[in-house]
Amino acid sequence: MALAEDERLLAWLAIDLDASLRFAPGMIIVTSERLLAMSADDTQWQAWNYRRGLTLARRDHAGVGTLELCDASSLLGHWRYTLGSDVAAGRLVDHFARQLSFRLTGEIPAVSALALCPNCETPLLAGQEECPVCSKEIHEPPSTWTLLRLGRFARPYRGQLLAGFLLSLLTTAATLVAPYLTMPLMDNVLIPYQNGKAIDPGLVALYLSGLLGSSLVAWVLGWGRTYILALVSERIGADLRTTTYEHLLKLSQEYFGGKRTGDLMARIGSETDRINIFISLHLLDFATDVLMIVMTTAILVSIDPWLAAVTLLPLPIIAWLIHVVRERLRTGFERVDRVWAEVTNVLADTIPGIRVVKAFAQEQREAARFRAANAHNLDVNDRVNKVWSLFSPTVTLLTELGLLIVWAFGIWQIAKDQITVGVLTAFLAYISRFYLRLDSMSRIVSVTQKAAAGAKRIFDILDHVSSVPEPINPVHLPSVSGRIELRSVGFRYGTRSVTRDISIVIEPGEMVGLVGHSGSGKSTLVNLISRFYDVTEGAILIDGVDVRSIPVAEYRKNIGLVLQEPFLFFGTIAENIAYGRPTATRCEIIAAARAAHAHEFILRLPHGYDSLVGERGQALSGGERQRISIARALLIDPPILILDEATSSVDTTTEKEIQKALDNLVRGRTTIAIAHRLSTLRDANRLVVLDRGRIVEAGSHDELMAREGHYYRLYQAQARNVDTEDQLHTLRVDPKDEGDRE
Amino acid sequence: MMDPPPYRLCRNAFGRLECTGTDGEVHEGVVPVRAFPITAPEHGIALVDPHGRELAWIDQLSDLPDDFRILVETELARREFMPEIRRIVSVSSFATPSTWEVQTDRGSAHLILKGEEDIRRLTAPALLIADSHGIHYLIRDRHALDQQSRRFLDRFL
Repeated sequence: MALAEDERLLAWLAIDLDASLRFAPGMIIVTSERLLAMSADDTQWQAWNYRRGLTLARRDHAGVGTLELCDASSLLGHWRYTLGSDVAAGRLVDHFARQLSFRLTGEIPAVSALALCPNCETPLLAGQEECPVCSKEIHEPPSTWTLLRLGRFARPYRGQLLAGFLLSLLTTAATLVAPYLTMPLMDNVLIPYQNGKAIDPGLVALYLSGLLGSSLVAWVLGWGRTYILALVSERIGADLRTTTYEHLLKLSQEYFGGKRTGDLMARIGSETDRINIFISLHLLDFATDVLMIVMTTAILVSIDPWLAAVTLLPLPIIAWLIHVVRERLRTGFERVDRVWAEVTNVLADTIPGIRVVKAFAQEQREAARFRAANAHNLDVNDRVNKVWSLFSPTVTLLTELGLLIVWAFGIWQIAKDQITVGVLTAFLAYISRFYLRLDSMSRIVSVTQKAAAGAKRIFDILDHVSSVPEPINPVHLPSVSGRIELRSVGFRYGTRSVTRDISIVIEPGEMVGLVGHSGSGKSTLVNLISRFYDVTEGAILIDGVDVRSIPVAEYRKNIGLVLQEPFLFFGTIAENIAYGRPTATRCEIIAAARAAHAHEFILRLPHGYDSLVGERGQALSGGERQRISIARALLIDPPILILDEATSSVDTTTEKEIQKALDNLVRGRTTIAIAHRLSTLRDANRLVVLDRGRIVEAGSHDELMAREGHYYRLYQAQARNVDTEDQLHTLRVDPKDEGDRE
Repeated sequence: MMDPPPYRLCRNAFGRLECTGTDGEVHEGVVPVRAFPITAPEHGIALVDPHGRELAWIDQLSDLPDDFRILVETELARREFMPEIRRIVSVSSFATPSTWEVQTDRGSAHLILKGEEDIRRLTAPALLIADSHGIHYLIRDRHALDQQSRRFLDRFL
C-alpha cells in the first residue's frame, strides 16, 4: 500500500478481530487524505477519501469495541477490536474528525490544551509525570520466591536475627560434641576392657563430664536462641498484619467490591499467623538442621573420608525425592487454602443474610451448601494427603537403608582393620541424628510451601496499587468553597461504561438533585465525586483543582456523606457521631445530634449518648440510624455534602423527620442529593436528569416540568405511585419508626 | 411452526436492525439480547430498543420465520463475543496477574488474568474467565480439556 506523494500518516490502530469476531490482525490508518483499512477479511486496502457527511463512530459492548464509518445514507464499513486498543481507537477517531473538518472548512480545531498521558489519554495533572491510570495496571506476576520478600519485614530486627543465628550455630556445635566423645569412649575404655584391661575411672569421668557439659551448654544456648527468634518472629508477624491492614484500608472501593469479606479476613488473620509460626518454628529448625548437616559432614570427613562418602550417599536421593514431592505438595496446599476460603465464604455469605435465609426457610439449602464446601475441602485435603502420607514413610525407609549401608561398609572396613569400632559407633551415632533431621527437614517442604502460599496471598494485597492513587506532588487546599466542576467525566466499570461525557458545574452552596432510573449512573457519579473511584475519562475539579492532585484523605475531609444504609460501628452513640472527628467535645456532639433531630430519641435510650449500638446498629430503627449518620456528617461541618438516597429506606413519616434533619445539614453547603422520591428534592436549586450514563436534562423542577421530557415522565410515573403509597400508609396502624425498639 | 410474529424485522442501510411493531411505529437499532447467554442461549431472546425497552420476546429462535431468524442470528453473532477456550498453551506464571496464551474457537489470543477471583464457576463443569479488559472467555467443560491445559487451570482453581 503506497501513500500518495504528500500524504501524511496521522494515526493508526491495530485491530485484533475480524468482522466475524475471530482473532485476526488488521489495521486502520488515518492519513491526511483519507481513511485506510485492511482487516483479515480483506485482500487489499480499502480507502475512503474525506468528504462531507462522513462520520467515524466508536462504540463498545462486552469487551469489544466497534468503529463504524457511515455517510449520510448508509454504513460504509465497520471494524472490531478488543478494548485493549480502545485508547488508540479514540485517538484515531479524534484525528479523523479533525482532519475531516480541516478538509471541509480549512480550519484545524484546536487540540485540547491539557497534557495527556501518551498511553491512555488520561489528563495529566500539574507536577505529574507518570500517568496514574497506566502505572496502576501491573500485569507482571509477583516473583516466585515470595518468601524472600518477607525480608523487608525482617530488616528492622537484623540485630536479633544475627544473634539468633550465632546462638543456633553454637547450639548445634555443642550438640555435636556428644557423638564425638563416644569414639574415644569406645576405643579407649570399652574395647580395651573387653580385651582384658581394667577401666580407668578418671578417664570415664572425664568423658562423661564432657558429655554432660556439652548437653548443658546446648540446653542453655538452645533456650536463648528459641526465645530470641520467637520474639522476633512474633514482631515480624505483627508488623506484617498491621502493614497489610493499613494497605487494605487505603485501597479503593473498587477492590472491596471484587473481594469477599471472609477471604480478606482469612488473609490478614490466619495467613499472617501461619507465616509467623513458619519463621519462629520451622525456618529456625531448618536452619539448625542445615548447620548440623554441614558440621556433621565436616566431622565425618575429618574422621574417615571413605566411610563419610558412603554415609552421605543416600543424601542426594532424599534431596531428589523432596524436590519431586515439593511441586505436587505446593499446588495441593495452595488449593487447600483456596478451599478453606471457600468454606469461610459460605459463612460470611449466610450469617449476615440470616434473615433472608430464615424467611425463605432455606436453612436446609444453606446447610447443604456448607456441607458441599466442606466436602470439597475434604476432597482436596484427601488428595494432598495421599502424596503427603507417602512422603514421610519413604524418608524413614531411606534412612533405614542408609544406616544399613553404613553398617555393612563399616563392618567390612573394621574387618580390614582400616577403622576402629569406636569410629563406626561414632559414625552411627552421627548419622542416626543426621537422618533423623533429614526426616524433619522433609517437613520443611510442606511448611515452606504453606507459608509461601500464605505470603503470596498477603503480597497480593500489598502489591495491589490503589486505583485511587495518592498524588506525587500533592496540592493542598487550605479552605474549600465547594465549587465542583465535572469536565466530560466518563467512568468504565470493567467493560461496562457506566457514565459518559458528563459535564456540570455546581456553584458553592448550590443544591443539585440527581434524578434518573436506577442504573442511570447517579450513584457512580457520587462515588466519583467522593473519589471512591477515579474517573476513567475527563476530570473532576474542586475549586478549580483536579481532585486527583489533592491527597485523598485531605480531600474527603471536605465531604460529608449520608448513605442509604447508614453503617454504625460497634461503640457508643457518641463515638459513632464523632467518627469523622474523634476530638469533638460533648457539646459539639450534642449540638450535631440536636440539629439532626436525633437528640430526643437518644435521650430516650437507657444509657443516652453512652448507649452501645451493635455491629450494624441493630437496636435502632432505620430512621434513627439515619439521623445518627446525619449528625455524623454535620459534626465534620463539610463544605460539600452528598446525600445518596438518604431517605429511601424509610417510610414517609420517618422521611419527614429525616428531611427536617437534612434541612439543617444542607444549609450553606454545596449539596448533591440522589433521591428516588422526587418529592425529597423539592429544595434543590437544580435537577440533573441522568439516563444511561448521560445527562439528558437539567433545570429547576418547574422548567423541567414545562419541558415535558424525561423528568416530566418520571414525575408523572411517581405521582401515580405516591397516591397508592399514601393509601397504604393510612392503613398502617403504627409507623415502624419508633415502635420496635423497646 | 407457530404463527408469524406480529412485528416486522429488517436491516437498514446503516446495518441496524429495524423493528416495526403492530402500531406501525418503527424502532431503529433494535438489539437482540439473550436472557440466559450461558445456560440456555437458544431460549428466551428479547428484542430491545436502544433505550433498553423490550419490544418483543422470542421464546425460542426456531419459532421465528426463517428470514427473521437469520436476521436475529446474524445480529447476535455480530454482538456476541465470548471466545471458548479450547486449549491453554502457556501461562506466564501461576501467581496472578498472569498472561495466558490460549487457543479459542475464534483463534489464538492472549489474556491477562488479574486474579483467581476472575475465574467464575458456572454450573459445573463450565468456567467463565474474565480478562483484564473485561472479555469473557468460556470453558464449557474443563474436564474435556487436554491434560496440560487442565494442569494449568488446576493451579488457579
